[in-house]
Amino acid sequence: MSPWGYVVLGWAITLVVVVGYVVITMQRGRALSRQVPAEEQRWM
Amino acid sequence: MLGVIVLAGTAVTLWLSFVATPADAVQGEAVRLLYVHVPSVTVAYVACGITFVASGMWLWKRTEWWDLVGSSAAEIASVFTAVTLLSGMVWGQATWGTAWEWDPRLTSTLFLFLLLVGYQALRAASPDRSSRARRSAVVGLLLVPNIVIVNRSVQWWRSLHQDATLFRTDLDFRIEGLMLFTWVFATAVGLVLLAWLLMHRFRIGWLANRVEERRLGDALTARRAEATS
Amino acid sequence: MLRDAVLVAGKDLRLEVRTRVGLGQVLPFAVLVLVLFGFALDPDRGILDAATPGLFWVTVLFSAVLAVQRAFAVESAEGVRDALRLTSLAPGGVFLGKAAAIAVQLLVLEVALGVGVVVLYGADPAGWALLVGTAVPATAGIAAAGSLYGVLAVGLRVRETLVPLLLLPVLAPVLLASTRAFEAALDGSPADGWPWAGLLALFAVVYLGCGIGLYGTLLEES
Repeated sequence: MSPWGYVVLGWAITLVVVVGYVVITMQRGRALSRQVPAEEQRWM
Repeated sequence: MLGVIVLAGTAVTLWLSFVATPADAVQGEAVRLLYVHVPSVTVAYVACGITFVASGMWLWKRTEWWDLVGSSAAEIASVFTAVTLLSGMVWGQATWGTAWEWDPRLTSTLFLFLLLVGYQALRAASPDRSSRARRSAVVGLLLVPNIVIVNRSVQWWRSLHQDATLFRTDLDFRIEGLMLFTWVFATAVGLVLLAWLLMHRFRIGWLANRVEERRLGDALTARRAEATS
Repeated sequence: MLRDAVLVAGKDLRLEVRTRVGLGQVLPFAVLVLVLFGFALDPDRGILDAATPGLFWVTVLFSAVLAVQRAFAVESAEGVRDALRLTSLAPGGVFLGKAAAIAVQLLVLEVALGVGVVVLYGADPAGWALLVGTAVPATAGIAAAGSLYGVLAVGLRVRETLVPLLLLPVLAPVLLASTRAFEAALDGSPADGWPWAGLLALFAVVYLGCGIGLYGTLLEES
């Protein structure tokens, strides 16, 4: 594989994993927030 | 807000790393992996540091808040450690010709990943909240001493058993100017992403605890209703 | 604290002597692992000679996991842990006692394995001072870390798989250091091995300190 191939591969793996994790995190948050009434959601 | 900064920052980082920066004299084009590999390891280590501090704080203050901060950071750290390992292996294949070199840094990152997996497994296995917090705080507090010991011993092992020519230090080289800026910029974006993820992951932990409490409350009222009817 | 440690260690060792699980199961397991390594790495090809120190310590490590599991399975049954807590023993003492009992069993195991390695693998024991100077701190470190991580998994359904997952990455530096030190001893160049023995001693001290400091938190389970 050419150097560019490795560069693209390395970046692609990282971006896919991180973006995947972000999406999963947001979905988990959304699913959970539906189960909890709004007044209990405050945590700050 | 933070999410927007991360998205814009990632776009700029991509442009900087692929278009604006030149190829390195020694590394060639493969140097462009530095701008993703090194920031992700930085984020992983910062997240581990947060877990360590939060675990210590939990043992002192014993609040739900510190437990959630520690566990959120640990989960994010394991994701970034995995990413670091994968991009490190790709980089190794590009510059060393082998995906896995028993390089001290690569090896100790693998152990860091395994330690983090153990932390997650322990949390997943502990049923009730107080024992989960207690046990994971102890493991979280031992995380940093463990990784220091592993790192030192592996470093020592490799430096004793390989002569200087074999001991590759290709990853150490001077960078300056735009390359240095790109690296610093990518690290900053990574840290903002860490903050964003930490907030969202913390919220999940918080909400999950509330859901658990509500289930318990519902079960209690159901039993009471049964008893009185 | 030391008095409590002696009490707990005495209790565990008495239990071990009476049930003979260590002698009847862990030790045969360790010998079995040695024999299996012998099958896997043909003894006539010289690989076994070169790998002997590593195989010895890998076997010790796996047996240590079993010993740790055993030491805490005893405690989780029938609420013994509550009883331990109610006796107002110092937590640090309980930790030291548990670690001491595990260490004694491991030392016995190591002696037996040492004989096994000499007989089965034809290893030539040399550099006695270094061998002992490595085995003692390594065993102390394994026992200390084992007692600390072993108690973490008490009462969990997945205990059998969780303990190795938590413990083995932590013990990896011990394996590394003790293997290098044994190699140096068997090669007849003990000067290379002593720094590794020092590292093992440091590991043992760190884990003994952490255990004494953190055991109280882990025992006060709700």
